[in-house]
Amino acid sequence: MRVMAQMAMVMNLDKCIGCHTCSVTCKQAWTNRAGTEYVWFNNVETRPGLGYPRRYEDQDQWEGGWVRKRNGRLALRAGGRFKKLLSIFSNPKMPSIEDYYEPWTYDYETLVRAPASDTFPVARPKSLLSGENMSIEWSANWDDNLAGSGEHAATDVMLKDIGEKVKLEFEQTFMFYLPRICEHCLNPSCAASCPSGAIYKRSEDGIVLVDQDRCRGWRMCISGCPYKKVYFNHKTGKAEKCTFCYPRIEVGIPTVCSETCVGRLRYIGLMLYDADKVLEAAAVEDDHDLYESQRSVFLDPNDPQVQREAAASGIPLDWVEAAKRSPVWKLINTYKVALPLHPEYRTMPMVWYIPPLSPVVDIIRDTGHDAEDKGNLFAAIEALRIPIGYLANLFTAGDIGPVDAVLRKLAAMRAYMRDINLGDEGDDAIAEAVGMSGTDMYEMFRLLAIAKYDERYVIPTAHAEQAHALEELATDCPVSEYGGGQQDLFGEGSGTPTPVAVENFRMLQDRQTADHMPENPMKGRVNLLNWDGKGRPGGLFPAREEEDRR
Amino acid sequence: MDTFLWVVFPYLCLATFVVGHLWRYRYDKFGWTTRSSQLYENRLLRFGSPLFHFGMLGVVGGHVIGLLIPTAWTDFLGIDDHAYHLVAVIGGLAAGIATVVGMVILIYRRRTVGPVFSATTNMDKVMYAFLGAVIVLGMWNTIAGSILNLGGEYNYREGVSVWYRSFLAFQPQPELMATAPIGFQLHAFVAFVLFALWPFTRLVHVFSAPLGYLTRPYIVYRSRSTDRLGSTPPKRGWDRVG
Ligand code: SF4
Ligand code: SF4
Repeated sequence: MRVMAQMAMVMNLDKCIGCHTCSVTCKQAWTNRAGTEYVWFNNVETRPGLGYPRRYEDQDQWEGGWVRKRNGRLALRAGGRFKKLLSIFSNPKMPSIEDYYEPWTYDYETLVRAPASDTFPVARPKSLLSGENMSIEWSANWDDNLAGSGEHAATDVMLKDIGEKVKLEFEQTFMFYLPRICEHCLNPSCAASCPSGAIYKRSEDGIVLVDQDRCRGWRMCISGCPYKKVYFNHKTGKAEKCTFCYPRIEVGIPTVCSETCVGRLRYIGLMLYDADKVLEAAAVEDDHDLYESQRSVFLDPNDPQVQREAAASGIPLDWVEAAKRSPVWKLINTYKVALPLHPEYRTMPMVWYIPPLSPVVDIIRDTGHDAEDKGNLFAAIEALRIPIGYLANLFTAGDIGPVDAVLRKLAAMRAYMRDINLGDEGDDAIAEAVGMSGTDMYEMFRLLAIAKYDERYVIPTAHAEQAHALEELATDCPVSEYGGGQQDLFGEGSGTPTPVAVENFRMLQDRQTADHMPENPMKGRVNLLNWDGKGRPGGLFPAREEEDRR
Repeated sequence: MDTFLWVVFPYLCLATFVVGHLWRYRYDKFGWTTRSSQLYENRLLRFGSPLFHFGMLGVVGGHVIGLLIPTAWTDFLGIDDHAYHLVAVIGGLAAGIATVVGMVILIYRRRTVGPVFSATTNMDKVMYAFLGAVIVLGMWNTIAGSILNLGGEYNYREGVSVWYRSFLAFQPQPELMATAPIGFQLHAFVAFVLFALWPFTRLVHVFSAPLGYLTRPYIVYRSRSTDRLGSTPPKRGWDRVG
């Protein structure tokens, strides 16, 4: 047994309102630079829909992730090492900018500069790649809220087996949002595809990062990741990906997307797992077994033997303690309501999802029935094969069973809590119908519905004697802009990179736990990477109107 | 003059090449990349880039054989001059044509595809000019010298190659170059300019050919480094205590 720790996330899809706050704040923190205009480390997709980049889930086309060979071993779907090196001069599977979208801005200057005339001047869209006028035909979220779904949604890859039926019953349509970040996989195919070995998995917390100094721009990771969560910075010529906000995680505060999530639906915590079993688990024969086999890799932090092995593997005690309190562990293993996204890619993803009950609830409510009645809900889960089949295609490689079980638990929780909210005793029979006790059901409800910050995010700091070192970053001068160096000569981004963290994160952590706000905490410079959700740093929001009038 | 052209100047270029790379690696690892433009455009690149690069690998291989292996060795193996040149010309032509066709496609693409053109730095343009010149001159030497036999018989293996080996051995014999045909002289001269420019262009990516990929384990694990904390090395004078 080789115990390793993994920082993991669970998202409760029922609570996502599709506001895109997470995407926008992530962009502000990480990808608001030239070359990353089209890069969304976090994006929120409307499902059914095409996703970003368009139809990324069609691995027949993109060949991302792993496949199980006949001899039972795993191989990269796009081919082994030799094939990778031979196609290095032109990666045949790399999405082009049209599969994402061509980034643009508007020519605002004409609005100000245009001479007086009878017609209003227009700010025309200009491509950020070529500077030419362009017509906008697609973007990161073109099919938001099923926009144009008559045209697009039917080509959703996940409708593959159920396509016919859906077209017939499109009036009974359903919809939910799927926020996505990098999965920080246990068996990352992006890292396996990188010829330079620049992508690595941190052995402390499992975060998958691209070493910007070692990346040589071979672009194999971009096609290697089945979730298409590595992007190519077209200005610096290097790959970039979601960092799980590691500078924040190191001091124990959640990622920017979690911090700012309006629905408070994200949970972050540690998972302990047996690194020796990962490959074996990722190579089980039947796609349908992948969900269970991945769960079997996780180790119970309450098990004394696991604790001994963890200590032997050098995992600090406070991390094991954090793993015990991990909300992610509870959702995945205790309540078993979280499911992995696309386990069939065999990368062992570590951002899991609680599938939404809302498509079912909505339909019951629309037909005028009681959407909190256990009987109605169970009957509907039984009857609504299309949403269920769709969710199964997303989360269990098409296996209806686990999705069905989760939805039943969520439905039972609704019914159980209705009784309590109406002042009655909870009916334990409801809980037992889905194999849980009344207390468990209530605890699960608490975690899903009203858990506070400290319960949703259980993040041990990077080991104490290392954490203080982050203070060193505060001595860096934030004025040296991104890149610096010899831009004209070698192209954008040459020179030594500016470190991602330019403020003092230790100070941030203190603020996080302080009772009231210090004056002018950020010296007027808003850096969302460091914003902890407290207070209103100047410049983040427009001035309040009343204040203005006074 | 000959001494300058075929002794001083080549050594200057070689020194720039070596020191330049050391400097660039030391101070600009972040800028060390292929600067691929595949994201912008793929239809032309899909043909142009493999043609050019595989052609180029052939050309480089041919140069290594032609320049570094003395005639005596091939004689010893019993390969006569005629057979050698037949192989060299056919191989060289095939690789050369692939390179030139690929290069033409790539340069056409770079000029006509808007996003690719606007991502082209001045240094890129200079580099393209010299690289193109070297390739065209090299092709000319092959075609004019070996096939059309313009300007009489010239066996570079007794001239240019010997000079090149003497140059690498730091016992240069400039007279060998001075008597070579003008085509060879130009080709060598421009090539040395290109070597001097090399470390300052995107050509550095040649030295990152990721052969280690064939042997390393698929998944790389790394610890946060313990000798250095945070993402920047500490400033001088700020040593850690304890
Ligand atoms: S989801 Fe993240 S860790 Fe997994 S393969 Fe893609 S980029 Fe790599
Ligand atoms: S911020 Fe939260 S609620 Fe809003 S889109 Fe993102 S995940 Fe959904």
